[in-house]
Amino acid sequence: MKLDSKVPSGPLEEKWSKHLNEIKLLSPNNKRKHSVIVVGTGLAGASAAASLAELGYHVKVFCIQDSGRRAHSIAAQGGINAAKNYPNDGDSIWRLFYDTIKGGDYRSREANVYRLAEVANEIIDQAVAQGVPFAREYSGLLDNRSFGGAQVSRTFYARGQTGQQLLLGAYQAMMKMVHTGKIDYHPRKEMLDLVVIDGQARGIITRDLVSGAMEKWAADAVVLCTGGYGNVFYLSTNAKNSNVTAAWRCHKRGAAFANPCYVQIHPTCIPVSGDYQSKLTLMSESLRNDGRVWVPKDPKDERKADKIPEEDRYYYLEERYPSFGNLVPRDVASRNAKIVTDEGMGVGATGKAVYLDFRDAILRDGEDGIRAKYGNLFDMYENITGENPYKVPMRIFPAVHYTMGGLWVDYDLMSNVPGLFVAGEANFSDHGANRLGASALMQGLADGYFVLPYTLGNFIADSDLSRPDTDHEAFEEALSASKAQIDKLLAIKGNKTVVEFHRDLGNILWDKVGISRSREGLQQAINDIQVLRKEFWQNVRVPGEAGYYNKYLEFACRVADFFELAELMAEDALQREESCGCHLREEFQSEEGEAIRNDEKYSYVAAWEYKGLNGKLEEKLHKEDLEFEFVEPTQRSYK
Amino acid sequence: MSSSTMTIHLKIWRQKNSHSKGRFETYTLDQVDEHMSFLEMLDVLNEQLIMEDGDPVEFDYDCREGICGSCNLVINGKAHGPKHLTAVCQLHMRNYNDGDTVVIEPARAAAFPVIKDLVVDRTAFDRIIEAGGYVSVKTGSAPEANLIPVNQKKANQAFDFATCIGCGACVAACPNSSASLFTGAKIAHLNKLPQGQPERNERVLAMVDQMQKEGFGDCSNFAECEAVCPVGISISAIAEMRRDYMKALFDD
Ligand SMILES: Cc1cc2nc3c(=O)[nH]c(=O)nc-3n(C[C@H](O)[C@H](O)[C@H](O)COP(=O)(O)OP(=O)(O)OC[C@H]3O[C@@H](n4cnc5c(N)ncnc54)[C@H](O)[C@@H]3O)c2cc1C
Ligand code: FES
Repeated sequence: MKLDSKVPSGPLEEKWSKHLNEIKLLSPNNKRKHSVIVVGTGLAGASAAASLAELGYHVKVFCIQDSGRRAHSIAAQGGINAAKNYPNDGDSIWRLFYDTIKGGDYRSREANVYRLAEVANEIIDQAVAQGVPFAREYSGLLDNRSFGGAQVSRTFYARGQTGQQLLLGAYQAMMKMVHTGKIDYHPRKEMLDLVVIDGQARGIITRDLVSGAMEKWAADAVVLCTGGYGNVFYLSTNAKNSNVTAAWRCHKRGAAFANPCYVQIHPTCIPVSGDYQSKLTLMSESLRNDGRVWVPKDPKDERKADKIPEEDRYYYLEERYPSFGNLVPRDVASRNAKIVTDEGMGVGATGKAVYLDFRDAILRDGEDGIRAKYGNLFDMYENITGENPYKVPMRIFPAVHYTMGGLWVDYDLMSNVPGLFVAGEANFSDHGANRLGASALMQGLADGYFVLPYTLGNFIADSDLSRPDTDHEAFEEALSASKAQIDKLLAIKGNKTVVEFHRDLGNILWDKVGISRSREGLQQAINDIQVLRKEFWQNVRVPGEAGYYNKYLEFACRVADFFELAELMAEDALQREESCGCHLREEFQSEEGEAIRNDEKYSYVAAWEYKGLNGKLEEKLHKEDLEFEFVEPTQRSYK
Repeated sequence: MSSSTMTIHLKIWRQKNSHSKGRFETYTLDQVDEHMSFLEMLDVLNEQLIMEDGDPVEFDYDCREGICGSCNLVINGKAHGPKHLTAVCQLHMRNYNDGDTVVIEPARAAAFPVIKDLVVDRTAFDRIIEAGGYVSVKTGSAPEANLIPVNQKKANQAFDFATCIGCGACVAACPNSSASLFTGAKIAHLNKLPQGQPERNERVLAMVDQMQKEGFGDCSNFAECEAVCPVGISISAIAEMRRDYMKALFDD
């Protein structure tokens, strides 16, 4: 396998424009002759589908939900970054680039990140023109806020519903093209395999989630925008249907999977309340601007929070990080919550929570002041927990939130399988080992609106493609394989449900491949995953049949893939003998518990090639060295 | 946090597919934790059904945070259940008492055929948007964002309509199965903004036309839709839609 990042030469600021000038173009007449499959209708997929169809390609778009508008992107709350510098506070493309690459702990490609910062402004223009109702000032001009510890205010937001509004904008643009006939739109169809012919991606296999019908689809290129794999942990802030199946099946067909161990764990989520828990809810990070995080100093302290006097409280973030205090980055906040709860200081019935206390902010600003800022979040908290956060501190705990890893792509967002492009959270490209707040929406839309439409055209213009044809035997082979897997799952009729297996898998990952990792723990995890996977294939109980709507069958297929991905995540975490971004290896931290990165040995993208599965997952590691020509990697410090 | 458990009796609509006739089945769940969400209670029921070789109850959901609009159960005759401004995925069992009987049905409407059990086909909503629920601005052709100032109040009003999650509760609640709140909300969102002006007439005519073609009924001002809307879309959207529709007819 050869990994060529295809980063254009020349100064950082000129790479993208130079590349655009050199890219091959297709005449409108020619575009009309070509077809593209887009899988996924989140920000990345909907924007790509709309833009490609506008250019004239014939697009087929697929998603799992009953409407493209329901993709997981809809749930994003906080905002989207762009360096417009409207507040005149000194922001620039360079600064957005620098913050993003530093935030990623120097584990991403300079050229990709710079391009992301460069096209971000156009996203805001596009969204506003579509009617996305961003927050505005009295003047009628756009408002910005500071987000995720940034020193400038560069985050555009639409109340707490930025993802919803941006997605509706992209979805509507897509539906307009459905109306013109340039897009064939297929909701409730799940991709189960990639079809590769002569080394090129030429189509996909889907299962119709209503009728169970298996279908073949051919095209000149396939664009995967299927989101992240956080649900491998069972509990996460992701929507219940988020999964890795499409990406994983592409991996098994030859696409390299990059940096699977990079998982972002968000510090402020509502804690687990019981075994029945099905997902975790994010509480906006902005709460840390006014809330103080603490635990009782004495693990045996049984008093109610308001009865615990100041001297018996441990404000651990403020004490350990005096200059950033409660506003330390996500990974630092999450790790410290784990440390104090592991030491027995956690609160609530399960002991797996810490307090986020607004008492002092309410004394200072009054209850109305706090309500004006966070009213909807407080209501949401009360609705879920039954507790009133104006009266008692919130209980929060970290939860899996975002996956930086994903399919490996080059500068053109093409995987190592020619014709297979990957965009949005499904690729690995721009966030290194840690994603900054408000930058995933930016990346998904940058990929879909402003990168793919050009780079995909370049690929098609450059390739000598035969006519797409589903009669090719490779389609039949892939379809039979997917069918056989479904039949096998249904035939097991074991004694443990898919949900139970998934929950058990999640527990292994959370304990050993979660907030902090150790060599021993990871080795144990690999073993545990293999054992549980074996049991899954012998003892899972999948109800019903394949020929109709059967959600537990859908889940079974997805969990089967999670079982394989999980092992690769542990393998990847094991080989990376350093701490970087969200990846903390216990062996590689300073005496004060700070992460120690090792640039000399680990400044690379770990791209894995699938070699087979035989009780054990066989994968070969390839390294794409990261070179820093324009910025100098420094150690992050928040002390 | 201490929690108490209760027994809940469920009467759930079961239907194999759109062609078959459905019926209610009853189930009893013990040990329902008050902190469970309503959908988690159904998850628990399904785990039991699967282990007893039964057929799990199908229902739609995805985000479980009240934003994607996938969930749309009708509970004791009320779309999304008893709690005001709350999608069923955000409803928690502490709103119920030990021994309660809860009747769960799909969002019924001629334009929403049942797929299985509580899952319905809402693709009619997609086709209404497809007809005109957008601003036709090609990627790359947008002007600098701040060249389009929007009065803050207007922007906020537009936002109030833009928050529709497309769940279809309005249709399920309406005695006429009208989709006027859904359609009106999208029209009002775009028609209130300067960006939406050039296409305002075509938009309202095409969307209303499509709504009728899909077999949704007319609005006779029952206002049941507003009462169940989990995000509080105001029924004034419908008045605006009517006004815009009449204006568009005469403008043409
Ligand atoms: C609660 C929450 C809040 C967030 N807030 C922010 C924020 O404020 N700012 C920010 O920048 N980021 C935020 N993020 C992250 C961001 O929302 C996501 O990373 C981003 O939306 C992902 O977009 P996407 O287009 O890549 O994928 P998704 O939106 O996940 O879409 C995936 C699509 O792929 C489809 N799909 C998946 N598998 C298949 C298959 N096998 N076959 C067919 N279709 C398939 C799905 O149906 C869906 O349409 C947040 C994330 C969460 C969980
Ligand atoms: S599941 Fe998304 S709104 Fe209820």
